[in-house]
Amino acid sequence: MTFLKINNLSVDYQMRKETVNAAKNVNIEVNKGEILGLVGESGSGKSTVGNAIINLIDEPGKVSSGSVILGDLNIHENSESIVKYRGNKIGLIFQDPQTSLNPILTVGEQLIETIQTHLKLSKEEAKNKSINLLKEVGIKDAETRFDNYPHQFSGGMRQRVVISLALCCEPELLIADEPTTALDVSIQSQILELIKKLTKERNLAVILITHDMGVIAETTDRVAVMKSGNLVEIGETKKILTNPQENYTKSLVSSVPPTNKKISRFVIVEKENNNKKENNIKILNRWSKKEIANQDLVEIKNLNKSFDDNFFTENSKNSVMAVDDVSFEIKEGESFGLVGESGSGKSTIAKMIVNLFKPTSGDIFFDNVCITKIKQRSELMKFRKQIQMIFQDPYSSLNGRLKVKDIIAEPITLHNPSISTLDLNNYIYDLLESVELTQKSADRYPHEFSGGQRQRISIARALATQPRLLVCDEPTSALDVSIQAQILNLLKDLQEQLNLTILFISHDLPVVRQMCDRIGVLKDGKLCEVSNTEHLFLKPTHEYTKELLRLMPKIESIYN
Amino acid sequence: MVGEETSDEERAELRETLGLMDPIHVQFSRFIVNASKGEFGISYQLRRPVSELIVERLPATIELVVISALIALITGTLLGVYTGINRKGFLSDFVLAISLLGVSLPTFVIGILFIYLFAVILGILPSFGRGEVIDLGFWTTGFLTVSGLKAIILPSVTLSLFQMTYIIRLVRAEMMEILQTDYIKFARARGISENSIKYKHALKNGLIPVITIAGINIGTLIAFSIITETVFQWPGMGFLFIQAVQFVDIPIMSAYLVFIAFVFVMINFIVDILYYLIDPRIRVKGDTASG
Repeated sequence: MTFLKINNLSVDYQMRKETVNAAKNVNIEVNKGEILGLVGESGSGKSTVGNAIINLIDEPGKVSSGSVILGDLNIHENSESIVKYRGNKIGLIFQDPQTSLNPILTVGEQLIETIQTHLKLSKEEAKNKSINLLKEVGIKDAETRFDNYPHQFSGGMRQRVVISLALCCEPELLIADEPTTALDVSIQSQILELIKKLTKERNLAVILITHDMGVIAETTDRVAVMKSGNLVEIGETKKILTNPQENYTKSLVSSVPPTNKKISRFVIVEKENNNKKENNIKILNRWSKKEIANQDLVEIKNLNKSFDDNFFTENSKNSVMAVDDVSFEIKEGESFGLVGESGSGKSTIAKMIVNLFKPTSGDIFFDNVCITKIKQRSELMKFRKQIQMIFQDPYSSLNGRLKVKDIIAEPITLHNPSISTLDLNNYIYDLLESVELTQKSADRYPHEFSGGQRQRISIARALATQPRLLVCDEPTSALDVSIQAQILNLLKDLQEQLNLTILFISHDLPVVRQMCDRIGVLKDGKLCEVSNTEHLFLKPTHEYTKELLRLMPKIESIYN
Repeated sequence: MVGEETSDEERAELRETLGLMDPIHVQFSRFIVNASKGEFGISYQLRRPVSELIVERLPATIELVVISALIALITGTLLGVYTGINRKGFLSDFVLAISLLGVSLPTFVIGILFIYLFAVILGILPSFGRGEVIDLGFWTTGFLTVSGLKAIILPSVTLSLFQMTYIIRLVRAEMMEILQTDYIKFARARGISENSIKYKHALKNGLIPVITIAGINIGTLIAFSIITETVFQWPGMGFLFIQAVQFVDIPIMSAYLVFIAFVFVMINFIVDILYYLIDPRIRVKGDTASG
């Protein structure tokens, strides 16, 4: 039976110059006891639709037309009437559990206030109800946790608290806006299981907004695909994912890295013009291309790193072992993947290899020279030139006050101060074209580019010194899947043509499978297992690896 | 300390007894030793022990500063919350425009304007002094007489204006930022009433930085009170200090500066404790570190 009915919903953002339609005539129906997935890339309007249902759109956006029928109530009759359904009939969960709880009120205070707003219960009754709720969402020791502040919970536990808050007044519709995006894989699966369980037990209607096709495949019954404010396709999840009708859905599904097999390139359906192929890597003729010798380029021996809390506190108590006795080597020309959940020490290792952190103990050898023991700056510069890094966040890793050409020129002139202006400019143009940006980009500022384009600039900057080792720290985790596919393709091409060695760090197992020849799995600073990619995915030996593989959301699960 | 008719011998003797002929390091260590005992010597100008003078003038300054701090905090917070919530109203624009005046006009100009307006033209408030005071033995207060209360209005408002405008702007910025956060949005999504969201959820979070700034500013209020006390001839420590500067009365100046430094340290200490009590995030850090 149809419970929620969204008819012709449109949301407009009235800007100074123009009106942006964040959602255009969207029609969606949701039944009770069903999870509907709402999927799309950033800017597709999926969150706008979620927020529009309870009329909680950020200024200056507003619902311009359409109706939302919940059961037999038209909850959009006027903008005031919706307020009394919030929390009461409709619960909402946001993406980041770190920021969605008030930091200076205890969990209990927040629960009681919400319950007393909607239900006529005494403080004592509200407290009992809250404790039962906390138990229901899987928080142990709920009686004592009731008086804790949000920061005393871990990320996953906090999201459970958020869910209990969203459900405390027994709403019939739950809107979950990217509820697991900020969480690790193992926590993600727990939270999704919890949502599934509650949907069944409470006969909820659920809208799950996400960009993750794996989550959609494993969790939802039906799925709606959105693109730039339009509803592209809606139907049973299995049908949409296995046999998409619309071009956009097809391209979206094909950009998702498959978890069960390795493919050579990502298929990019949209706007693939075949005329620019092969010869686009213009820097090739400048590149002093080294033949791949069959040797280890990087060798890491018994690496340790601890972070001491404070100069004044005792080290023994507060020091955290971020990296604990890690040893591995990377062969020249190979892609080595490091995977692990947050806090596993993978980024710390990367920063030690590029010499941003000093290891507490242990050695890093690059090309058979121990770079951790180099004292002279001029000696170190030789290695800095050969090792370059690409960072996760394309927004904060480029200086917003510099033009793109200055950003790229900086490493070139640093290592080669005598380069002529003409040569420098040509080199910059070649670099830009190698990462599939136009020459015109050189005179613009970073904020004029999209996330994917910025990551291309980062890659061009990293390539400017002609490095042998490229350290990529989560290079695509801030990007949409289709952009991710493009960037990963680019990295693959560059590696092939330039004989690069890549250290690829990611939490995303499917991506690592596509990118890497060998993989190391990290947990709490310790290396669990190093093995060839295919071997690791097919026959993992370590328990933790098995666990990770079992829990990762698989888009292929739809075929079962 | 000496008159025209004092002979050279007497002058030399006085220098000797005051220890002015000793080498600098001897004088300085003597000052440190005495200061640690609370003795700051004798005022050259008034020929009385400095500690006695300070204790005598202290109540006037403390009363002035406390009243100004209260005015600044209460009105500042109220107006800050109002302008933070109603961003586009006429009253908000008006308050902000006035606050700009408060920040940019120097205290003595405002003080003189107030005197001209309320004492000279309207004639309803006294232009100088503390009015009648009642001596409680350890403290002299102006709060218990009508003229005392009337006298404190102009100086305290003058002194509080700068801090008040500062707090208005700070609270406003905090409120505007916090009302955009996810937890406020989540509270709205749960149907929590607008009043609770604004005054319980948002304001409490917004006051945390205000306490730090306000605490430090109370110290600044005492320092600023020099000007206000001079303009209004307020018989407090600041006025004493200005007179001391004119007569190169070093014992008073050094005693005053040591006292101000002490007040600053104490206020910062209290603020740190308050911070610890108000923000649960700091409290827990302490817990985990100890166990």
